[in-house]
Amino acid sequence: MRRVVVTGLGMVSPLGDGVDVTWSRLLDGQSGAGPITKFDASHLGTTYACEVPRGEGEGDFNADAYMPPKEQRKIDDFILYGVAAADQAIADSGWVPESDDDRFRTGVMIGSGIGGLNSIADTAVLLKEKGPRRVSPFFIPGALINLVSGQVSIKYGLKGPNHAVVTACSTGAHAIGDAARLIALDDADVMVAGGAESPISEIGVAGFNACKALSTKRADDPTKASRPWDADRDGFVMGEGAGVVVLEEYEHAKARGAKIYAEILGYGLSGDAHHITAPPPNHEGAERAMRAAVKRAGIAPSEIDYVNAHGTSTMADTIELGAVERVLGDAASECSMSSTKSAIGHLLGAAGAVEAIFCILAIRDQVAPPTLNLENVDCEHTIDLIGPEKRERKIETVLSNSFGFGGTNASLIMGKVR
Amino acid sequence: MSDVADRVKKIVVEHLGVEEDKVVENASFIDDLGADSLDTVELVMAFEEEFGIEIPDDAAETIQSFGDAVKFITEAA
Repeated sequence: MRRVVVTGLGMVSPLGDGVDVTWSRLLDGQSGAGPITKFDASHLGTTYACEVPRGEGEGDFNADAYMPPKEQRKIDDFILYGVAAADQAIADSGWVPESDDDRFRTGVMIGSGIGGLNSIADTAVLLKEKGPRRVSPFFIPGALINLVSGQVSIKYGLKGPNHAVVTACSTGAHAIGDAARLIALDDADVMVAGGAESPISEIGVAGFNACKALSTKRADDPTKASRPWDADRDGFVMGEGAGVVVLEEYEHAKARGAKIYAEILGYGLSGDAHHITAPPPNHEGAERAMRAAVKRAGIAPSEIDYVNAHGTSTMADTIELGAVERVLGDAASECSMSSTKSAIGHLLGAAGAVEAIFCILAIRDQVAPPTLNLENVDCEHTIDLIGPEKRERKIETVLSNSFGFGGTNASLIMGKVR
Repeated sequence: MSDVADRVKKIVVEHLGVEEDKVVENASFIDDLGADSLDTVELVMAFEEEFGIEIPDDAAETIQSFGDAVKFITEAA
């Protein structure tokens, strides 16, 4: 199979607009959590989240820089975030398809876990109150999950495979893994891949509250709410944003002199066949996804230096830790693990893509990001669990885990190009 | 310019993101003002909302320009 490398990165996160600002704030130990400002959340079980900072301040996300206001009005925010992250990633890669053949060989695979939830809720109310003639012609194309891929392809004339993953909180990881396979199997030379999500809405919070999935007890200090593996964790903190990478066939990237961040070495998938929202007690599904990724990468588990855990700040954190340690075996003590959801919250369908980017930056800068608020680890462990301070260390090979409702698991292994 | 024309122009400028001086009597929404077929559907909905009228689909198809819109609404309102 052909080798696949990463040549462009783009991100909109609760720590700011762009990869550089997010990464520096993440390493600095900053949190993106705060009271919900998008709507009045005072009547909901959870009143805080990790919102993308919007405005014109330093590091803020300024939507007008990516799309004219009249176009923003026609789409849900997840599409806006996805297009912005794709803009950044494509610019970073320097890839400009010039011939028809270049365009036919460049595709897009940006997914979302839920898609235009807020648009659907607003339009349902409008339908009830004012009738069907008031439903906007832009409602459907502004809410469909594959419209991030559609918008990006139209903006850049990318005529290769056009696809969108929908696997809840595994979406971002599956998108990168599946897009890499399209390149490996020679269906494309370049793929713009990732995930986008904008779930912070009345209906989104109410829905996840009903599942008992969200943290509810930290309204006094939301920055302390996301605390993976900590004994005092009480659920995940909802986040929003997008992560997009440009994936490229290795020889294609070399031939044009592209900057190469890392190689996609392995990708593993599995299903739990257990429960709609909960992992099985030993999470053997996660273990099989990781083992499949290790096998595909052709490495020994002991070569993994850093694991970016799914680690959502729920009871499942320690179950994942057990599965990771079974895969690593005796090498667990040499490996470091953290959960960046402690700082940016859970970006659902965007999480896997944003976290894959953090893994790539960890390789570039030889530093692993921290797990904020990890004060009292809730289980026995031999792996090096990184607490609230970043960890400088040798990082050549990384593993990123993503698990989703429905029992869907994805693991990505990335490494320095050798 | 009539009150109706002012209000129609405001809607067109807002929805299509065009300069006010481009919205002239015979300016076609699609050919001159950059609208697509979905934009024109939304424009008609906005006219209905603003003027409290109903524009049936067959009538909506005849509203191709700023002048068409002002004429139709003036007669309907």
